[in-house]
Amino acid sequence: MRYLPLTNEDRKNMRGVIGIDDVNELFSNVPRSVSLDPTFNLPNHKTEMEVGRILSGIANKNINSNQAPFFLGAGAYKHHIPATVDHIIQRSEFLTSYTPYQPEISQGTLQYLFEFQTQVSLMTGMDVSNASMYDGSTSSAEAVSMAKRITKRNKVVLSPTLHPQYAEVIKTLISADEDSIDYKFSEDFDVTSLISKIDEDVSCVVVQNPDFFGSCHTLEKLADHIHSKGALLVVVVNEIVSLGMMKSPGAMGADIVACEGQSLGNPLNFGGPYIGLMSTKDKYVRQLPGRIVGETNDMNGEKGFVLTLATREQHIRREKATSNICTNSGLCSLAFTIHLTLLGEVGFKKLSKLNHEAAIKLYNKLNGLEGFAVKNKSFFNEFTVKLPINASVFVEKMAEKGVLAGVPVSRLENQDDSFSNLLLVASSEINSDSDREDFIKLAKEVCYE
Amino acid sequence: MNSNRGLDHDEKLLFEVGDVNRTGVDLSEPENLNHMIGDSFSDSEIGLAGLSEPETVRHYVRLSRKNYSIDAGLYPLGSCTMKHNPRLNEKMARLEGFSEIHPLQPISTCQGALELIDLISSWLKELTGMAAVTMAPKAGAQGELCGMMAIKQALLNKNESHRKIVLVPDSAHGTNPATAAFLGFEVKTIKSNNSGLIDFDDFKENIDENFAGVMITNPNTCGLFEADIVKISDLTHKSGGYLYCDGANFNAVVGKLKPGDLGIDAMHINLHKTFSTPHGGGGPGSGPVVFSERLEKFCPAPLIENDKGEYDLIENLHEESLVNSFGRLNVFHGQMGMFVRAMSYMLSHGADGLKRVSEDAVLNANYLRASLSDRLTPAFEGYCMHEILFNDDFLKGTGVETLDFAKAMIDEGYHPMTIYFPLVIHGALLVEPTETESKQSLDHFISTLRDLVDKLKKDSESFKAAPVFTPIRRLDETQAARKPILRWKEEPLIAV
Repeated sequence: MRYLPLTNEDRKNMRGVIGIDDVNELFSNVPRSVSLDPTFNLPNHKTEMEVGRILSGIANKNINSNQAPFFLGAGAYKHHIPATVDHIIQRSEFLTSYTPYQPEISQGTLQYLFEFQTQVSLMTGMDVSNASMYDGSTSSAEAVSMAKRITKRNKVVLSPTLHPQYAEVIKTLISADEDSIDYKFSEDFDVTSLISKIDEDVSCVVVQNPDFFGSCHTLEKLADHIHSKGALLVVVVNEIVSLGMMKSPGAMGADIVACEGQSLGNPLNFGGPYIGLMSTKDKYVRQLPGRIVGETNDMNGEKGFVLTLATREQHIRREKATSNICTNSGLCSLAFTIHLTLLGEVGFKKLSKLNHEAAIKLYNKLNGLEGFAVKNKSFFNEFTVKLPINASVFVEKMAEKGVLAGVPVSRLENQDDSFSNLLLVASSEINSDSDREDFIKLAKEVCYE
Repeated sequence: MNSNRGLDHDEKLLFEVGDVNRTGVDLSEPENLNHMIGDSFSDSEIGLAGLSEPETVRHYVRLSRKNYSIDAGLYPLGSCTMKHNPRLNEKMARLEGFSEIHPLQPISTCQGALELIDLISSWLKELTGMAAVTMAPKAGAQGELCGMMAIKQALLNKNESHRKIVLVPDSAHGTNPATAAFLGFEVKTIKSNNSGLIDFDDFKENIDENFAGVMITNPNTCGLFEADIVKISDLTHKSGGYLYCDGANFNAVVGKLKPGDLGIDAMHINLHKTFSTPHGGGGPGSGPVVFSERLEKFCPAPLIENDKGEYDLIENLHEESLVNSFGRLNVFHGQMGMFVRAMSYMLSHGADGLKRVSEDAVLNANYLRASLSDRLTPAFEGYCMHEILFNDDFLKGTGVETLDFAKAMIDEGYHPMTIYFPLVIHGALLVEPTETESKQSLDHFISTLRDLVDKLKKDSESFKAAPVFTPIRRLDETQAARKPILRWKEEPLIAV
């Protein structure tokens, strides 16, 4: 077995040192009623080549996003990842190290996390950030939980244009009674109606921006109302690249920001692993969940980094911890920070612009198409189109013709027929003019031929 | 001043070496179309420092060299399972058919992805002897949450939500009590006996009509198999409760026994421990949960259904098969990238190899135990499982504490073991060698530790000063927590 270094000779010698004849003597605590070495209905070990064939065979049954013009988003976005990113994250010292508990031999991880925290704070316009969460949805749920701790209030208002699965995660993880969470999925983002829901029991209002349908919103007025009632504004960002062209959540009055960071450095991976970002104001830092890296000095006065504010965490506080989170998305945060370092301010803004323009170009083509109506007044790189036919049927037929055309809204909310013809269409720097032409040509065929 | 030392290069912060006008990516030129963002448009400066590609590579390569890693040496962190991460797993996870597919692609275009999830599910069910599995949890701690939420839902379903008390042994991982409390359970601590196992009498005495269940790590954090586990599960079930098993140490028994035979109701499995997905400096992990029949129907979304080789994904909570589900733990379908790696590991080992994995892991730990017992002091008598726990008796009278001993190991080229955990043992040192260390590697480790112990009486000062051969010396953690500096900020210009 190629991963096991002990030889039978070694094993025999070691048993001698231990003073046993049979390795099963070491399992003597296992109760007699439990069978040791039961039969498993599983195959025996395989060579590297055999494993490679089996898994490649399975992988080849999927149509991947490099094989077809690709327009899917809804919380996961395809971008070009520079070759440098994947090369560096596979360095042994990053890939095969543990959480940096011994700072003297973990400064590499600690320093990049400190830089990562700085980048996330800058992008979201907030004071501080943690060292990452599992993904955008768990980040959002942790943000709500944090807002409840800060305000000591129970009710939560979710914007109707929040990603439906994010709303489900918040409902599940907050484990509050159903009545305390206000959420009714719809296309209408209406500040006045949100304001009318804020009373003295509301801990926070959660707004996704750009929202699930792709529309962009200003939030200053909403933030003022929320703050006047003593509640907090939680802003969720699904497509982090939008922050290169939009006011930051912090600049619009957010108290806690929860983002999906997958767009930078991390491939689609069928939904995971991704990377949750979370940032807030200085005054709430002791309520922030997850790992946080801080700067300090060593005994010679040299600058260095450590995990800090551990008194919030489960390994110290046990049942009084701010969250049960332990691991974060270490390697995904490394990919994120390397990609962003390569881009820099100029590259990030340019990337953002290219994404927006790719969407505008598709928008212009779709607008002239009979029976197709784009619903958005504003958008970044994704918008919602009302199709002349059922959107689920549409994407299946488009896939048969070789285009991955978007995400039907009904994929995420199938209880309400009014969504059945709505399609979310995302664009990015990967889309060429010919991708868009294919989309339009085949969309006509699928709907009208 | 040059502060480089040999191969160890001083590396300034990204924000000190880079600037907002530098980039390492060539992008095509935007056409400056009129934007359609609306009033939330902004082009003000963010302050993101950039670097060209060669500068970026050098920055991160220099940083990487300040890290210890399993690839470079033995990494005996008890309870963390730092085993070798096979490179084939990395290659498989990067197949475009896995890495470049979107979670919401039409079901007909991702049949392979669903097949892979179904395949790893069936392996996990067979290896654990359990009825069901959910692949949704993103890490061990979320797996715990998942298992306990299923238990909560089951109690609710039986109209028994008055059952609020969850028993947790004092040796448990901190995540266990944190998880139970997060869900509104009342945590009651049960004692360990002087053999390091759950005190069955104390467990029995703590059961009353409000008993919801018990969370047990098995093998436990003292590195011992809970000998009374079947008695505990019988009494738990007889008393109307559920047995949650923290499967962090599944690597000690995988392929040797089926946890289902122990009577557990739910157990999370850390793919990054037992099944070798890389720890990556703290994630990403993956924490699937296996369930008994009693809890099966409370599984979170999504589910995968297989109808004669056609796979379907049940992801909407309104669907009939999810009607009893406790909900959804995260967006999409779990850590696909980790599933592929773990599957590659399982296929490589097979049933025969996995049995060898746990046998060698346990053999290696007991070899360390036998070879060190006359120098370090084992916390408990008898054989251990995959990790060996020492107390700090061997340090008595030397003035050296567990932390100092750990730091001295760094100067000898080793990452220290887990220290001060579990909390039940004074100055605990928990050593887990894993099955991927050779006998030569263990022998070198043994002789290093023996020499260090012999040095304790002669030169205790050097332990206090350690480490000295690292890029940086011991850091002031109190200062870091008292005056938190959590990000880089431009130094304000001082007016003269």
